[in-house]
Amino acid sequence: MTAVPASAGETSVPAEESGGWTGWVRRRALRSFPPDQLLPDKQPIYVASWIYVFGVATIAAFIVTLASGGVLALRGPAWWHGSSVGHFVNSLHLWSVELFMAFMVIHLWGKFFMAAWRGKRALTWITGAVSFLASIGTAFTGYLTQQNLASQWVSTQAKDGLNSVGIGAYFNVLDFGQMLMWHIVLLPLGVGILVVAHVLLVRRHGVVPPFPPKETQDRAATVDDGSVQA
Amino acid sequence: MRLGLLPLSPINLDHVGHYVHWGVIQISVANLLLILLMVVIFAAAILLPFPGTRRRK
Repeated sequence: MTAVPASAGETSVPAEESGGWTGWVRRRALRSFPPDQLLPDKQPIYVASWIYVFGVATIAAFIVTLASGGVLALRGPAWWHGSSVGHFVNSLHLWSVELFMAFMVIHLWGKFFMAAWRGKRALTWITGAVSFLASIGTAFTGYLTQQNLASQWVSTQAKDGLNSVGIGAYFNVLDFGQMLMWHIVLLPLGVGILVVAHVLLVRRHGVVPPFPPKETQDRAATVDDGSVQA
Repeated sequence: MRLGLLPLSPINLDHVGHYVHWGVIQISVANLLLILLMVVIFAAAILLPFPGTRRRK
């Protein structure tokens, strides 16, 4: 940690170099995510569309999923299978996941047709796509850990597919303990980190603008290939 | 206990599911309807005006 001068007469380290690694992280974070860019109160006019709502709806459903999953973890399968409140929270967990996946897929469709990777937004697109894949894995391991006939059926069907691609020894769907840990620790952590990274990248690069009008595109193409020169 | 709850369901679930077969594709009617509903919501999100858009212009 850098010493702070006791009086105005003492020599101090320039602000740009002070602070050691914490100072470096602080300067880097402020440069990458200025506060008005991290938490903006205005967005471009093209963001006023229903299609932009599904990203935040996905995050809202994800929060409900995490909260209801936390309650299920506290109370256990005897409670979620055997009491009316347990049935309710179990159903809340299921339906929040259903909404999470549906909203995420609609968000993905919207971003795909907008080519949302334009303008140096490739990493934003990639983190979104990978979090979608990780969510499928999380939902799958959730089916495996319901503690009922459905989970037994899903696991015995899935083991053949996973063994056929050679990963059954490392990802054993018949090992309840391993699947539970994947479902409640590793995969939610992975999805959570990816979602936070995705949102930070959206903040940094901004929401992708719509395609320009067709006349502008035609004019740009004409200038590019040099077919018309004034 | 769970079977006792079934008559309260709006839809009778006490039967084998309905499936659509189309070549190698096999999908339950419930999943197919859900995908169609998502397509309808997607189209509505594109076409319906967002509240407050006119005021902000």
